[in-house]
Amino acid sequence: MSIPDATGRFGSYGGRFVPETLMPALEELERAYLEVREDKEFQAELNYYLRHYAGRPTPLYFARNLTAHWGGAQIYLKREDLNHTGSHKLNNALGQALLARRMGKKRIIAETGAGQHGVATATVAALLGLECEIYMGAEDCRRQALNVFRMELMGARVKPVDGGTATLKDAINEALRDWVTNVKTTHYLVGSVVGPHPYPLMVRDFQAVIGREVRDQLFAACGRLPDHLVACVGGGSNAMGLFYPFLEEEKVKLWGAEAAGKGLETGSHAATLTAGTPGVLHGFYSYLLQDEAGQILPVYSISAGLDYPGVGPEHSYLKDAGRATYEAISDAEALEAFRLLSHTEGIIPALESAHAVALAAKLAPRLSPEEIMVINLSGRGDKDVQQVADILGREARENGQRKADRPLCKGP
Amino acid sequence: MGNARLTAPFAKGRKALIVYVCAGDPTLAETARLVPALADAGADIIELGVPFSDPVADGPVIQAAGQRAMASGTTLARVVELAAALRAKIATPLVLMSYYNPLLRYGLAEFGRRLAAAGVDGVIVPDLPWEEAGPLREALEERGLDFIPLVAPTTPEDRLRRILSGAPAFIYCVSLTGVTGAREELPPGLSSYMERLRRVTSLPLALGFGIGSADHLRRLAPLGDGFIVGSAVVQALAEGGISRAAGLVKDMRAALDAL
Repeated sequence: MSIPDATGRFGSYGGRFVPETLMPALEELERAYLEVREDKEFQAELNYYLRHYAGRPTPLYFARNLTAHWGGAQIYLKREDLNHTGSHKLNNALGQALLARRMGKKRIIAETGAGQHGVATATVAALLGLECEIYMGAEDCRRQALNVFRMELMGARVKPVDGGTATLKDAINEALRDWVTNVKTTHYLVGSVVGPHPYPLMVRDFQAVIGREVRDQLFAACGRLPDHLVACVGGGSNAMGLFYPFLEEEKVKLWGAEAAGKGLETGSHAATLTAGTPGVLHGFYSYLLQDEAGQILPVYSISAGLDYPGVGPEHSYLKDAGRATYEAISDAEALEAFRLLSHTEGIIPALESAHAVALAAKLAPRLSPEEIMVINLSGRGDKDVQQVADILGREARENGQRKADRPLCKGP
Repeated sequence: MGNARLTAPFAKGRKALIVYVCAGDPTLAETARLVPALADAGADIIELGVPFSDPVADGPVIQAAGQRAMASGTTLARVVELAAALRAKIATPLVLMSYYNPLLRYGLAEFGRRLAAAGVDGVIVPDLPWEEAGPLREALEERGLDFIPLVAPTTPEDRLRRILSGAPAFIYCVSLTGVTGAREELPPGLSSYMERLRRVTSLPLALGFGIGSADHLRRLAPLGDGFIVGSAVVQALAEGGISRAAGLVKDMRAALDAL
């Protein structure tokens, strides 16, 4: 089984739907990537940076308190939040930036939602001496002001995008427009398993270090494979990175947590696989949130990183094949999980990752203590603390409480 | 060879003026008045643009026009109805320009059938490269409609040969690496780009992207067989209504005829 095929298809999903101007660049990128994929020198260089710069391998931590709290499966956390820059995004950014340098590109651009990918890209640009511009929805710039400052501190220029819904989708549109204009000098460092071929393949491969480490670490700790893998899915790169090395292990169940936002019935959500239909956006064919006329619908999630109307084509393939199961998690459930993990384990998860914890909260209590579940803690929650404080403070006021600064002190 | 109505404007060395309008900007009723006025002013082919929520190949002017069109309820189905109404009034060749997703959602076979019935002559899809275009091409060719391919300055010769093998009425030659929108200066290297294309094909070459004025056209006229203007006309319409848009087209036609 070779997935994707030579045209970049995962079953019927994927492909390459971009303006002609970009086609030669994608062909060049595909050739260059397939070359370094087999190149020992390149892989050694990438591994050097992953180990000594990013701090890999990240721990696989047995969450004793959470396991006891849920009273079901044994819970392990893959600590991508401890990766340098605070999320899994650096794994891919390092790989692509090294590739871009090898291809002679002097400038990199990227989109970002929560800012995690933008920060990772700004980081590798500083490391490798590349010019860097980051497109970020104006609404997300506001929600994630600290990450904007981080990027600028490392020398990147952050360009707020006002068009459309001023979130991740529109940042990708603007990055694509930049790339069409500057394609000869610029590499577009796509941050998830989305976009035209070869991006979904390449980003998955760079993130698969997550799943490979889990395999080795769990084997060392327990001498066996996990039973359940749980990850959040926006574009879906941390999930694909975790899932990919286990795809052939049919007994390992794969679970993806999408953003149900304010609830599927409200229309304010980003649950693409749960509520979407197939179509083409941003260069690939996959499930999409779209209306009857084929216009892309506005999406919403408390988490800027999951706020995307599409999803990586390999996830669409895994869904249709029945290999992975995707469930939608609401803002309220994610917030509850955010507090739960903070309180039980002393680990503040990113709001994105809190969706995975919330899905695990539904699954784990029903499982037996012999079963092992690994949750991908894709990022740390420092960036979200202000937003969560605001929301909980607002809720507290709405509940008639006077002291808006207290809710974070409450137990789960 | 391509659709007869579409090939006619290129006959006997005439320089074709191809004008893009964003259907439904600001309303479909306004577009229904605009198109005949532009045809009268000298537009040889009209491109009816279908608005899309995520127009990655377009610059700010057409993005804004698309937003206005969507706000007035414009959908692909209604643009097809508009095309049929226009066809009943004017003989000018009509080409539909749309991003791919609305066509997929409509259904490609149904799209080809309805489009042919409406009297549309061809289709341009800016985010559908040759490799992915097979299903749409088949749906169109079955109905005698042209799939107009785009080539870009970055397209290498082996790709050019593949793209040009379809023998449509004309080739849409993107003049620059970038998005749509009138530029102050014309891109450099255009004559060598067009010469490179001429070596590969004898099909009519229509040059588009960045063309903003009659003055541009006077300088470009020797290079191409046709010229596509979009953002400049959309901007003129937004600022001065149908009369200003038609005035610009008239000036542009005169610039081409002066050659």
